[in-house]
Amino acid sequence: MNAKLTNKIATAVLYLIAGLVILLLAGLLGFILFNGVPHLSWHFLTSPSLAFQAGGGIEFQLFNSIYLLFITMIISFPIALGAGIYLNEYAKQNIFTTIIRTAIEILSSLPSVVVGLFGFLLVVVKLQLGFSILSGAIALTIFNLPLLTRSVEGSLKSIPDLQREAGAALGLSKWETVIHVIFPAALPSIVTGVVLSAGRVFGEAAALIYTAGQSAPALDFTDWNPFNAASPLNLMRPAETLAVHIWKINSEGIQPDAAQVSAGASAVLIIAVLIFNISARWIGKALYKRLTSAR
Amino acid sequence: MLENEALNTDNAPLRNIYRFGENAEIALSTHDLHVFYGDNEALSEGDLEFERYKITSLIGASGSGKSTFLRSLNRMNDNVATVKGQIMYRGIDINSKEVDVYEMRRHIGMVFQRPNPFAKSIKDNITFALKQRGMRDKNKLEEIVETSLKQAALWDQVKDDLGKSALALSGGQQQRLVIARAIAMKPDILLLDEPASALDPISTSQIEDTLLELKEKYTIVIVTHNMQQAARISDYTAFFHMGKAIEYDETRKIFTRPKVKLTNDYISGNFG
Repeated sequence: MNAKLTNKIATAVLYLIAGLVILLLAGLLGFILFNGVPHLSWHFLTSPSLAFQAGGGIEFQLFNSIYLLFITMIISFPIALGAGIYLNEYAKQNIFTTIIRTAIEILSSLPSVVVGLFGFLLVVVKLQLGFSILSGAIALTIFNLPLLTRSVEGSLKSIPDLQREAGAALGLSKWETVIHVIFPAALPSIVTGVVLSAGRVFGEAAALIYTAGQSAPALDFTDWNPFNAASPLNLMRPAETLAVHIWKINSEGIQPDAAQVSAGASAVLIIAVLIFNISARWIGKALYKRLTSAR
Repeated sequence: MLENEALNTDNAPLRNIYRFGENAEIALSTHDLHVFYGDNEALSEGDLEFERYKITSLIGASGSGKSTFLRSLNRMNDNVATVKGQIMYRGIDINSKEVDVYEMRRHIGMVFQRPNPFAKSIKDNITFALKQRGMRDKNKLEEIVETSLKQAALWDQVKDDLGKSALALSGGQQQRLVIARAIAMKPDILLLDEPASALDPISTSQIEDTLLELKEKYTIVIVTHNMQQAARISDYTAFFHMGKAIEYDETRKIFTRPKVKLTNDYISGNFG
């Protein structure tokens, strides 16, 4: 077989495989959207779920998902950022850092249901935080931290050492160089990583079933005092999220329109994750443009 | 920054003793310098003196230790290599514990082989380190931007878009921006590690012209693979081989009547 023919066959096979992957993804996405989008309406998004009758919405679940994501990011981003900066800029290659890296690797492949059960035993039971936003956020942080740390570390690693030498040669300390040169240069890719991980956190269900709970008590959207039980901002209330809601309806839903609610909620979830992914690229690009060519 | 000032004050704090002295005839000198990468000795003999306001070239084959030598002159090898021996700058060994390495590097600047502007605007590239050192005066900063870009022969090409990203410049322009950034810190000594080897011939000759102008005010030490370049621009040349400074003399002597056979072999292209 000559080189030209081999190349043609290889190209064709690769195209076929890539096409298969795309077809699979497009099919899945299309199926969920095709089934779900017809059930979407303003009413669906803004009315509470109903346990026994038809016509319930996903208002509280949607809010819970967003709020939980927000709290999770507030907890996990600073830690991941610090850990990522340490690992890439400061850590020396020794047994200690090897252990850290291995631990991060193991943690990042931990099944989320295990994280959930761990969170349940430690946070919900032992620390007595109950089924709450806070418990859920802590579980999600454990779930999110390893991947986010690695993404931050990777972003920093992609900045060439030439930049670090440039800072050093100008008499800047390592800290100054990291904070004012390396971090801004890596920021677009860090933000992309954060938004992508946000998509993953947003769709997570297993880690939340036993931590943030499976019920969505009514919220009073006029009460913004986080210490009131019905306040949306209350951290100690149980909070069923969108993903948990979908799981719940499908496993024990007794609403007459359970299938439709589930399809609609799935569509909302998928759309949200799509928005996260697309905006990750967009924000990353826009930030890069802005940071590299200052006003 | 004057040594006398610090020493004459009886109750001056101890650290003032370690302030760098006057800019002397010999800007920088090394004595019995050894550099190790782990157990590997990369440089075993480096006794050189660099005269003020002159360009000194370091030539030699790859792996001859010339870059190692250059990088130890402002301690860029701190985390990768062990340095023994003395590097005297204004009466102080720059490797002594009392020297503030960050301040020292503002006196002894460095430009690298590949252009490495920050991912910032042209102007911010120059002002950033100054601002970090507490310079806030806008007029002063703008003046420094202009003078250093002029000294690096880049001003005319970029004066209208100083806000543009430095990454949008060509390689040669980036390298001159990096030189401008280094001289904006007003160093005494400028170390250049093959600054033109990644550039095209036109940019190279522009960089060379820039260096010739800069030596009015700066002491320049340049590592180069290009022997014509060493001959064109430098006053002194040191030839390195196998981690040793084999011969060090005026450039024209090195290139016309080298004393050591090895040097002669190298400059006539018999090896390396």
